[in-house]
Amino acid sequence: MKLSKRVGPLGVHAVLMCYTVIALFPIYLVIMNSFKSKKGIFRDPLAFPTGTTFDLVGFEKVIARSSFDVYFTNSISVTVISLVFVLLLGAMAAWALAEYDFPGSDMMALYLAIGIMIPIRLGSVSLLKMIVGMGLVNTLTALVLVYTAQGLPLAIFILREFIAQIPNDLKEAARCDGVSEYRIFWSIILPLIRPALATVAVFTMIPIWNDLWFPLILAPSQETATVTLGIQQFIGQYVTDWNAVLASLTLAIVPILILYVIFSRQLIRGLTSGAVK
Amino acid sequence: MALKNQRGSFFRTHILVFLLPAALIYTLFMIIPLIDTVRYSFYDETAEGITSFVGWDNYILILTDERWWTDFSNALENNFIFFVIHMFVQNPIGLLLAALLSLPRLKMANSYRTLIFMPTMLSVVIIGFIWKLILSPLWGVGDTLVGFVGMTDGLPALLGEESTALITLSFISVWQFVGIPMMLIYAALLNVPDDLVDAAIVDGANQWTAFWRIKLPLILPTIAMVSVLTFVANFNAFDLIYAVKGALAGPNFETDIMGTMFYRTFFGYQLQPGSATLGATVASLMFLVILCGVMLYLFVIQRRLQRYQL
Repeated sequence: MKLSKRVGPLGVHAVLMCYTVIALFPIYLVIMNSFKSKKGIFRDPLAFPTGTTFDLVGFEKVIARSSFDVYFTNSISVTVISLVFVLLLGAMAAWALAEYDFPGSDMMALYLAIGIMIPIRLGSVSLLKMIVGMGLVNTLTALVLVYTAQGLPLAIFILREFIAQIPNDLKEAARCDGVSEYRIFWSIILPLIRPALATVAVFTMIPIWNDLWFPLILAPSQETATVTLGIQQFIGQYVTDWNAVLASLTLAIVPILILYVIFSRQLIRGLTSGAVK
Repeated sequence: MALKNQRGSFFRTHILVFLLPAALIYTLFMIIPLIDTVRYSFYDETAEGITSFVGWDNYILILTDERWWTDFSNALENNFIFFVIHMFVQNPIGLLLAALLSLPRLKMANSYRTLIFMPTMLSVVIIGFIWKLILSPLWGVGDTLVGFVGMTDGLPALLGEESTALITLSFISVWQFVGIPMMLIYAALLNVPDDLVDAAIVDGANQWTAFWRIKLPLILPTIAMVSVLTFVANFNAFDLIYAVKGALAGPNFETDIMGTMFYRTFFGYQLQPGSATLGATVASLMFLVILCGVMLYLFVIQRRLQRYQL
């Protein structure tokens, strides 16, 4: 009993440390080797790049042969525009459902929640026909529309719970002063739900940025490829060129890692705040 | 929900303005495509695009035709294996990590949490390629690594062999997504009132028994939710198999799951032309499988569990 108490904290740290290494090592390995020459990659993959093995040839190839800048611009535009729609329209709908008691409001809330559990991907056959019919194939607009529809259910669900907790006094005081419902939403409610909006933003953003399926079927052209699709096609084409493959992976990973390190506090607070149960 | 506002009991234009944009986009690009896909599975389409109602014919073809049924049952079975590995490897590891992270007075808990969650943030495609490189017999880094743990024969071609490819891919996915059950369970554990655990410790229990007897029963609803999320995500998976193995899900369809089969049926491969109606049928069958899982959760598991809640 005494022994186990002393070993306890050390054992816990050992397990967590081990798992942290397992989680990070593969990523570290790829990033490190992308800065090496082909000889360096194959002779000693675990070694840090040295004076003789350091080489940026992979990055030069990627930049020369692919349009990574276009992929990044596409991914950023699609993610940001979809995010703005999901947050704004989601908050509006959540406010309507939480605040006003109209006939069928509970049914409406239930209807809007179906999409949390049923993946939109299952509707792809009909969605593709529809997008073709609207002449939106190979446009980023198609992706924004689909991702907005995909993100709304969870956004409305989380924001509605959050808005319902806002005390009535604030709204009633504003109403007594004759402030319109639109202004109440825009100037009182939106600023108050900022923490919940941040949580929703994270949940919405990650699946959009990482998605392969919809870019692949709705917008597969070179001009509209997102980072995920672009890298999939690039690696498929240059699969034997290890320098280029490793460099392209690093180019896709590093921006996300930097953003993650900056926002991880916010993200994890959102994940563990109990907004989703 | 908070008290409803009495003033809103009449239908007003502002309600419509707030609700309509979201409801419209959601209905148009999610609900209608889902329903229309199911409707479409009862039709046949010629190459000229003329559709005709054929009743259950597409379902009968997929479920009874020898070649289709072989494909479909293989994908379904593989998908179950994929799910079972997530359920019994990913979720227990997530639970273990969450339990350790939520121990009182643990130093560096934040750093561990942030670092372990990192792979979850990256695209499945990137993760797939990272592991494809590491496990590639060409590179040899895998051989070096297993050499450290005493395996001198080197690493077998895990992704290339029929017997190991699916299990290897499942473990890659487990490795990536372990952060999700970890975070959700961790959040639930933080919500367990400290008094309960403290009282048990005072009465002579240690952290181990406190976890099994007090914390675990209280977070069962979260574990059930994690399970259903895992189920839906796994039966909807596609990206990893497609990135690592392509639409043919080789070797010899050993890594084929519902998502990749849906893609092949819809867009065609090799000599088989794609078929939107048969694609819709496969999607509808996936829909059915996912619905069964969700229903089981909503009407059986969740109801039974809530009785134990505080």
